[in-house]
Amino acid sequence: MRRYVVLISILALLLGLTIWITNLEWIKEGVYRPFTRGDILNSTISHLEMVLIAELIAISIGIPLGILVTRPGFRRLATPVVGGANVGQTIPSLAIIAIMAPILGFGLESAVVALFIYGLLPIVRNSYAGINNIDPAIVEAAKGMGMTRGQIARKIELPLALPVIMTGIRISTVITVGTAELAVLVGGKGLGTITLNGVLTLQPLTILQGAAPTAALAITLGFILERIESWMTSQGLKIKAEIA
Amino acid sequence: MIELDKVSKVYPDGTEAVKEVSLEVGKGELCVLLGPSGCGKTTTMKMINRLIPITGGKIYIDGVDNTKMDENELRRNIGYAIQQIGLFPNMTVGQNIETVPELKGWPKAERRKRAEELLELVGMDSGEFIDKYPGELSGGQSQRVGVARALGADPPILLMDEPFGAIDPITRIRLQDEFLKIQQEIRKTVIFVTHDIYEAIKLADRVALMKEGQIVQYDTPANLLYRPKNEFVENFVGGDRALKGLQLIRAKEVMTSTPPTVSADEKAIAAKQRMEREGLDSLVVVNHDGKFLGWVNKAHLGRGDKVGEIMSSSGMTATVNTVLNEVLSLMLSQGLENLAIVTEDNKLQGMISFDTIRKALAEATQRRQAE
Repeated sequence: MRRYVVLISILALLLGLTIWITNLEWIKEGVYRPFTRGDILNSTISHLEMVLIAELIAISIGIPLGILVTRPGFRRLATPVVGGANVGQTIPSLAIIAIMAPILGFGLESAVVALFIYGLLPIVRNSYAGINNIDPAIVEAAKGMGMTRGQIARKIELPLALPVIMTGIRISTVITVGTAELAVLVGGKGLGTITLNGVLTLQPLTILQGAAPTAALAITLGFILERIESWMTSQGLKIKAEIA
Repeated sequence: MIELDKVSKVYPDGTEAVKEVSLEVGKGELCVLLGPSGCGKTTTMKMINRLIPITGGKIYIDGVDNTKMDENELRRNIGYAIQQIGLFPNMTVGQNIETVPELKGWPKAERRKRAEELLELVGMDSGEFIDKYPGELSGGQSQRVGVARALGADPPILLMDEPFGAIDPITRIRLQDEFLKIQQEIRKTVIFVTHDIYEAIKLADRVALMKEGQIVQYDTPANLLYRPKNEFVENFVGGDRALKGLQLIRAKEVMTSTPPTVSADEKAIAAKQRMEREGLDSLVVVNHDGKFLGWVNKAHLGRGDKVGEIMSSSGMTATVNTVLNEVLSLMLSQGLENLAIVTEDNKLQGMISFDTIRKALAEATQRRQAE
């Protein structure tokens, strides 16, 4: 309950701040034109669009890839794949975005591809860890009782790994919302355009007009995904978590 | 019936885990594979349901070569319980027990009914537990559910890999007793792996003692104790053979079935007179239904009016199926001279004293020597 209060307070603060700046009369009369509510709304939508497209691709590639390297026969790929994901994560997001421009040129595609690559890593890593960390005794029991490999995956491994995989998606999404701020550098759109404008014109309030909605977006998406995770997780696993 | 014919397991790196093991386990028999860790007992067991592929020899189940059967079909007809239990934490207790029935396509209502029956069989209240999750169970309860799950589709064969290994000694003894009782009812063909000689002697019809991938002696528990085939068996059985022999004797075989009793309502003075007259040190106190209440001895006398007021009430009892070394251990740990043997609803059936145990031990030793 307390968490909800904190969450809603922070959201209200961020949105209030954005609206307050947008309505400031003295800024409107100044040299620099503040962004209007319409500008911010459009930027938020295009920001969300980039994030969602990149995440959808990252999820649809990352989960199968992470699970694949836990399968016998592909297990020897686990070290390069997961190790690669870990190393990839240490590269600054700015570097990945910057690399994309010379490769794919300026535009939305470059931005989305960069976001997808960066967002892929936590999903691959958590999908792998989620399956790999299941108590081997559980899988052995399932096998010993005559479950086929598919049945074990469907009824045991996926449900048990689900919370970890969902956490990977949540982390990835929240990171991507932040990284998408930089998409403007390679010709992407989104709230980064507002923030960058503020930086170039040395207008702190304009920077906030881009930064505050970004933070609000990250918090909101994180919260929604957390609720989905909780809703999808078996009751039995929640009980175990409470006891442990 | 299970038959192992020169079964071997050689790993690709050349390690010989099991070397030409031959073994026959009759229908309804409980065979314990016993041995130190690394002796190949678990490997041998897992080749029966093909969790480990065999590399030499044959395993026949009711005369059929198990490599000729569908792997999953084979496993669905062999109950499997392991030390780590491996309950599925995302499923309820009921769903866990219904696993194999579901794989076999039993209708839902029938599966549920089976799960309820099995919970009751392993001594758990089905109403209370069937919809709980494994995370809510104690260690002993989880083990019980593990056994119930192995019995899910009523398989004729059970493989059990130290199923009572990871629990406290008191619960373990209780689970062993309960399992023996269940086994007497359901008469499954059981392969039971353990490294605990006490457990082996207590549970087995026959014990296969293994060492370095081979069977050293395959025999009844009594023969293993009293006729060890070689030094390894002798050492594994250990020096306290006489004490371990107590595992082979049950309370009902030696107990005094008509112990001197006194009613709790009787006058203390009457109890005293009786003890003096019959030369007894103590009397068993029972209520009007013949239920066990406690003990009264000479030291208690003269302190009160009625027997019920002066007796020492002791909750410690055993049943007719308790093995003697557990009886002895209860008496020693509780500092009791005598132990009451009672039915499930606490009705007095007999008693055992130190003297009873001493005599039983002497007789058993004499008998073995005479043979």
